[in-house]
Amino acid sequence: MPTRIQKEAAGRKNLMINMGPSHPAMHGTIRIMLELDGEKVLNSEVEVGYLHRGFEKTCEHKSYFSLLPYTDRLNYVSPLINNLGYVMTMEKLLGIEAPERAQYIRVIMCELSRISDHLTALAAMTMECGAFTVFLYLIKAREEIWNVIEQTTGARMTTSYIRIGGVRADLHPDIQPLMDKAVSTTQDVLRDVKGLLDKNTIWLQRTRDIAVVPPDMAVNYGFTGPCLRASGVSYDVRKAHPYLVYDRLDFEVPLGDNGDNYDRYMVRMKEMEQSLRLVEQAMSAIPRSKPRNESEAIDPHEAISESRNRKPAADILLSPNLEGSEKYRYPDIYADTRNGVLPPKEDTYSGIEGLITHFKFFMKGHGIRPPKGDVYFSVEGGSGEVGFYIVSDGTDRPYRLHLRAPCLHIVSALEKMIQGHYIADVIPTFGSTNMIGGELDR
Amino acid sequence: MEDQRVSETLKEKFPGKILEISDFLGDLCILIEKDVVLDVMTFLKNKPFDYAMLLDLTCVDEMGRSPRFVMVYHLFSLSYNRRLRIKAGVEEKSPILESLSSLWKNADWLEREVFDMFGVSFAHHPDMRRLFMYDEFEGHPLRKDYPLRKRQPKIRLRDRNAD
Repeated sequence: MPTRIQKEAAGRKNLMINMGPSHPAMHGTIRIMLELDGEKVLNSEVEVGYLHRGFEKTCEHKSYFSLLPYTDRLNYVSPLINNLGYVMTMEKLLGIEAPERAQYIRVIMCELSRISDHLTALAAMTMECGAFTVFLYLIKAREEIWNVIEQTTGARMTTSYIRIGGVRADLHPDIQPLMDKAVSTTQDVLRDVKGLLDKNTIWLQRTRDIAVVPPDMAVNYGFTGPCLRASGVSYDVRKAHPYLVYDRLDFEVPLGDNGDNYDRYMVRMKEMEQSLRLVEQAMSAIPRSKPRNESEAIDPHEAISESRNRKPAADILLSPNLEGSEKYRYPDIYADTRNGVLPPKEDTYSGIEGLITHFKFFMKGHGIRPPKGDVYFSVEGGSGEVGFYIVSDGTDRPYRLHLRAPCLHIVSALEKMIQGHYIADVIPTFGSTNMIGGELDR
Repeated sequence: MEDQRVSETLKEKFPGKILEISDFLGDLCILIEKDVVLDVMTFLKNKPFDYAMLLDLTCVDEMGRSPRFVMVYHLFSLSYNRRLRIKAGVEEKSPILESLSSLWKNADWLEREVFDMFGVSFAHHPDMRRLFMYDEFEGHPLRKDYPLRKRQPKIRLRDRNAD
């Protein structure tokens, strides 16, 4: 079947060119068919779906607990925000709320993810315009941020850290030095990048007045996030529908004036500064975790042999990959509910009730069973509003799960944005949309 | 209160076409007849309600029930900071309803996705083709009667000269 542009351009004798799907600048495989007059883009068509993995279909066949790792793979630059979007939708459906410390941890992790998302978007965008130094600087800052994320969550990208009812583990006890280093490196990098780009003639010529999106067009296309705010529309889910503890923290929502590529760059730069502010505020306002029991912790094998006679009184040492999720930390990191929260490992291995609870949590047809109904909840992701629409039929797996991917709406406007510009302008424009294949194609 | 105003006004404006108004966990949801979808959306998009943004558009396959498909629209009003969910049932026999791409530009791709995944098609859509899957794909993957591990037949290599 001929595509739209093939039908439209059939009679004309213009040059047709494929950009992608395998092209270094088309991150995450996307195909743009361009109809050119010389170097000018007369008409174009964007084809997506090269990374379609059937996320929604897969989720319908997974239990509410076990589909969480799939959400990591949506926006793989800020997986924690995807986790949060799904988890908070489930919490709304189940009617549970995470404890305060867990909420602060979530804010810290999400803001770090937002910074890493913006850093990656700008790094790719600037590198493709030839600013390779900027790319290296920004990626250096991202490494520091991912070090902090890795230290606490145990993974750099596929974190699955934010769980229904709370977070998987408490913050790492030695987080402060790494966090300080990440924050100061990012601040330095942002200052350097500003100096390199803000008044750089080449950069200005590549981005100023290119792909201008007026506010009404941005709203009409369903833009959210930095791309909408670059057009001057003030809408941020964190301010409009505050979730977690964002209403207690102080931050600004930067806006652009023109909605061109430069504004999209500028808004992201300013948002990272605000995110750093948020991280610092949250780190100082976070409630302290409960102190550990004075008694010595015992080895798991001792606990198991002791549990044959009575329930072990002392704390049990957990393996390093469960660190931070000890039973005594549960009030800090998980909501006090059986419905949705994984029972502590110490109970599972040292008592029959705990074992049964654990077993029933994972047994088919049991586990997390929310009430019947449908629910929509959204959080502010790196490239816009990440919304989940979940239809529950009362069983342990979603009847339907739909992701509102922010970049689908933005990429659908790409054809309009690049029309009439030169072929070289396609690259920074595409970079400024921050298209993420995993999220767009699902 | 504001929720009530929207539902009351819609009931007055479209008598008999508003089938059900529900509120679950604070989300207002209005079920309407599918033949008034475009009219209701046009009315809601303009002032006084000013739902200027189409946040999301998707479909749910309620297999075994009638109507089988339920279209779900999420609207958002920037000026009032409010969300609204509109639903409309679509029968399996004639799975077609009016496209919203004349109102919102992002409806173009979202409706193509619904067509791709559920086989519900849209009248007056500028380019009604699959969005994610290829043209030769058989069936609609998000329908409940499409098995999770169904294999697709091999397709012929496309003729390079035909394009």
